[in-house]
Amino acid sequence: MLVKAKKSFLQRFYLVEVIKGLGITMRNMLFAPKVTIQYPEERRKYSERFRGMHYVKATNGVENCTACMLCPTVCPAECIHIVAGERPDKEKYPVQFEIDVLRCCFCGMCEEACPKDAIKLSTIYEMSQVTRQVYDKDYLAEQRGNK
Amino acid sequence: MLESMSLFHLLTFLKFAVILVIILSVAPVMAWVERRGSALMQNRLGPNRIGPLGLFQSICDAIKFLFKEDPIPGHVSKFYYALAPVVSLVPAFMTFAVVPFASTIEVDGRVLGFQLADLNVGLLYVFSVASLGVYGIIMGGWSSNNKFALLGGLRSSSQMISYELSLGLSVIGIIMAFSSVHLGEIVQGQAEVFRQIGPFVLPEWLQVPKWGILVQPLGFIIFITAAFAETNRLPFDLPEGESEIVAGYHLEYGAMKFSMFMMAEYINMFVASSLIATLYFGGYHGLHWVLNLVPLEGMSREWMRIALELGAFFLKVAFFMWFFVWVRWTLPRFRYDQVMELGWKVMLPISLANIFLTAFAVYYGWI
Ligand code: SF4
Ligand code: SF4
Repeated sequence: MLVKAKKSFLQRFYLVEVIKGLGITMRNMLFAPKVTIQYPEERRKYSERFRGMHYVKATNGVENCTACMLCPTVCPAECIHIVAGERPDKEKYPVQFEIDVLRCCFCGMCEEACPKDAIKLSTIYEMSQVTRQVYDKDYLAEQRGNK
Repeated sequence: MLESMSLFHLLTFLKFAVILVIILSVAPVMAWVERRGSALMQNRLGPNRIGPLGLFQSICDAIKFLFKEDPIPGHVSKFYYALAPVVSLVPAFMTFAVVPFASTIEVDGRVLGFQLADLNVGLLYVFSVASLGVYGIIMGGWSSNNKFALLGGLRSSSQMISYELSLGLSVIGIIMAFSSVHLGEIVQGQAEVFRQIGPFVLPEWLQVPKWGILVQPLGFIIFITAAFAETNRLPFDLPEGESEIVAGYHLEYGAMKFSMFMMAEYINMFVASSLIATLYFGGYHGLHWVLNLVPLEGMSREWMRIALELGAFFLKVAFFMWFFVWVRWTLPRFRYDQVMELGWKVMLPISLANIFLTAFAVYYGWI
């Protein structure tokens, strides 16, 4: 059933309401705080749990990753490519570690899966590049954001 | 004789050039005002990067429009498609020929007027020319060979017809009150003192100028509402109606042709604002009291008077331009049937009633 709200005479007259509305916009214009973030100078502060650019954690300059292949297995976008190898001390390590970030959906499953706390997501969200950057082991080790 | 003729031509040409520059600069300035104003009202900041306060943003926009590719879609009627923006822009320019920016000044025995053409049928000229503007919109909508564009053109034409009526009728009150269609005389008439509201005579110490809004308050409300409809501004921007018919009549237009439509809209706003100022707010009157404060004599005093008149006129126009922007970002768009209902069932009867009221007032000598 269509129920029409009863309007008083003044409301139906419309002009008074228009003037009230004009008052509201003027008040907003003059006094309301502006919410714009002036981007390059000001940045939005994201939470620590923000899922941005990946990084690979390292201990004493050696990456934590043991090439266990859990993250490429769990990754729904299948965008982690690891080639495993063996160090002289018989330790397994990733010879090649690349992330195809264009396919990544930043779900954070790799971070969840990793037993060595090696692959993590940082708070970096500006990922445009002027060169064709390959997101390989060395590059990923540098990307820490505010972590 | 020959010399005075050529001087007249030179002066007219000069006035023409000045007015053209003023009109052409309206569109970029208003585009900036509109964008910053709307942003501030919505608690944003708006374009503030280029130039002081972002003022040069419009220049960048204009350059972008100029250098953009200007394609003509294959399915349009080419001749009318190209003609439409011109047809909508030219009448907007033409209206300014008769608007008095200031009163006359005598230089070396020659009277110098601050309007391009001192027509004795000024008001009629304004309305006949202003109503031509809609042809550009209809032409653009029709020649685009696009359903949405055609709908925009249709809406525009029916809206124009509905509101042109009440616009014209509301002005009849002013014509009756000042018994003239000559814009200069109407403005002169508003310099007199407002004596009485209806049968009630105001006290002697109250020296209010007899501005059109005091003589014709009802007429003013009708006029300004109809002016919004005529300029296709929100809340009456049905010909564009982004959410319903994409962009309406200028849907198929791009680059400079589109920006000509935009310019026509802003210039129409300027026309409407200067008409409101001229007819209802005393035109160039209102700052003359400053003259008594400055010790100037003779010619310099006269020029000072002209400067004050120009200042008063453009202040009023600027206010109403701002008012157009202000209303646009306050009110949502009407539904189409609501617009028609308002036009025919409310505005038309009220404007007719206003004529009768004015006739009574004139008959009893109240005005
Ligand atoms: S964030 Fe998700 S999609 Fe991206 S690499 Fe990790 S698991 Fe794959
Ligand atoms: S889950 Fe962790 S340790 Fe295993 S391959 Fe991935 S990054 Fe390396």
